[in-house]
Amino acid sequence: MELYENAMTSTTSKADDTDNEPATRLVAQNEADNPSSKKVVFGADRALALDAGEELGPWQIAYETYGTLNAERTNAVLVCHALTGDQYVASENPITGKPGWWSLMVGPGRPVDTDKYFVICANVLGGCLGTTGPASLNPATGKPWALDLPVVTIRDMVRSQARLIDHLGIDTLFAVIGGSMGGMQVLQWAASYPERVFSALPIAAAARHSSQNIAFHEVGRQAVMADPNWAGGAYHEKGLRPSKGLAVARMAAHITYLSDAALHRKFGRNLQDREAITFGFDADFQIESYLRHQGMTFVDRFDPNSYLYVTRAMDYFDLAADYEGSLARAFLHSQTRFFVMSFTSDWLFPTQESKVVVKALNAAAANVSFVEVESDRGHDAFLLDEPEMFRTIRGFLTGAANARGIPAPGGGL
Amino acid sequence: MTAVSSALIEENGTLQKAIRGDHRLVCDLVTQGARVLDVGCEDGALLDLLTRERGVDGRGMEISQAGVNACVARGLSAVQGDADRDLADYPDDAFDFVILSQTLQATREPKTVLKQLLRIGSNVVVSFPNFGFWKNRLQLLFYGRMPVTDYLPYSWYDTPNIHFCTIRDFVALCEEVDAEVVKAMALNDKGRKVGFNAPWWVWNLVGQQAVFLLKR
Repeated sequence: MELYENAMTSTTSKADDTDNEPATRLVAQNEADNPSSKKVVFGADRALALDAGEELGPWQIAYETYGTLNAERTNAVLVCHALTGDQYVASENPITGKPGWWSLMVGPGRPVDTDKYFVICANVLGGCLGTTGPASLNPATGKPWALDLPVVTIRDMVRSQARLIDHLGIDTLFAVIGGSMGGMQVLQWAASYPERVFSALPIAAAARHSSQNIAFHEVGRQAVMADPNWAGGAYHEKGLRPSKGLAVARMAAHITYLSDAALHRKFGRNLQDREAITFGFDADFQIESYLRHQGMTFVDRFDPNSYLYVTRAMDYFDLAADYEGSLARAFLHSQTRFFVMSFTSDWLFPTQESKVVVKALNAAAANVSFVEVESDRGHDAFLLDEPEMFRTIRGFLTGAANARGIPAPGGGL
Repeated sequence: MTAVSSALIEENGTLQKAIRGDHRLVCDLVTQGARVLDVGCEDGALLDLLTRERGVDGRGMEISQAGVNACVARGLSAVQGDADRDLADYPDDAFDFVILSQTLQATREPKTVLKQLLRIGSNVVVSFPNFGFWKNRLQLLFYGRMPVTDYLPYSWYDTPNIHFCTIRDFVALCEEVDAEVVKAMALNDKGRKVGFNAPWWVWNLVGQQAVFLLKR
């Protein structure tokens, strides 16, 4: 997420385990139950049925909104966040103090124009910023759920979002948009609730998680679980924190979000604050320093168990499997307008995966647009300043808004 | 694929001013509110016209990503695709009209493409440059060189148009694939409809382009 920010920070500070917990981490702990954002609490009588076969209740969903819902309730846009994202799509994150993670895309006058649309973004189920996840308190025990929380799926996340949309009194979403894991949720929304989705924008996503991607996730989970401070997931109650494991997981994952070309352009073989290599294992290279920084800042804002849950949800995602192996069947008779987008240098969710989705949508005679954006910034391109992405998304949404009869700000179509 | 269309791509945004003659004819053939697939939709000029004037539910397929992005940026639905390969993805009878505008001559297998169009659409509209146009014939006859005109500006070695045909050739192809010719029109080199009825051989001489409406 914080690609290239503070990239040149040196690595002299140490990741600590128990002592001197950074203030941000304490905030994070608190945000899991009492988010700074809006939230809805569903009682035990309004439990959420999970794919794992269990009922979750009471449970809660934390969300943020931007803009105003129109009188006809036709202008709601749901933004689905990626793996370690949050509901603060266009406003400051309370833990990091950084601006919204997609404030280039969402805001007044932006492609997802908050002067025109009512934008909703919810923290995912299994997350750690206010929606029920492993860091949330289990009401039955008074302790964090940890691994007692059933494993959740992308479909469970979408079910929880649908309950939120019901709660907000919205029948049909004008658009559901998201990148990466957010794009998986978009596809699931379109398949599960076709009549509630006027347009769908899965970006840098896929209809199933590939073997290679499951492999990367497994490396990350093993890194977390190999940290002795993970304590079988019970680190909260033991006052421990598997920070080193989570940081390594993040470092490995972060490489997959970039591209060889982007890394080479930014860092090359440049040395970090030194004239020559040191014949040691300190961070000689800038890229090492950068990754260590990414790992360390991540552990302050993200719960290690939550990382296990959300990566697992992506691994389990295989939309066609729910429709007798036919992805086209998932979209049969769909009236939704689709806009599929990929990036040329994204090797985590390569264009080929998007083309599989497009092919299935064509086979279902669905209304689909597909754009591949030329970029050398890898998977993370969808979070960055990519003018072609903004131009085409703005055009697509404007066309869809005209079809839906949503006026432009200031009146008129 | 033709000088007219490439000029239009370069002047992106000023398309409404000059509506291409063949676009106008195609537009007249399409019924109100129809489901339309435009194969080879370039930057969406025809789709835009059809959406505005016929209120169609339109989709485009275009081989160049730049063309697709231009379509989407103006609010049209389009996918990157190759007529030779990707038409197979669509189900039977998916559209009321499938349009192949100035693209047939650039496909690798025009016959297969035409069959696919007839499978996907209840109605098929094909427009193409007529290689039998008298000016083309004269160039070949007098200079012994492959014709290069304002309308077909490419040299033989760099043309995307690999399968030229004449109006009569196309009529023969329609017979071969059992397509019914519902309507046929020729356009002269001013881009205007040839306003008289004449045998095929006359149209084959005076028509610079042709527009056909076919059914299975």
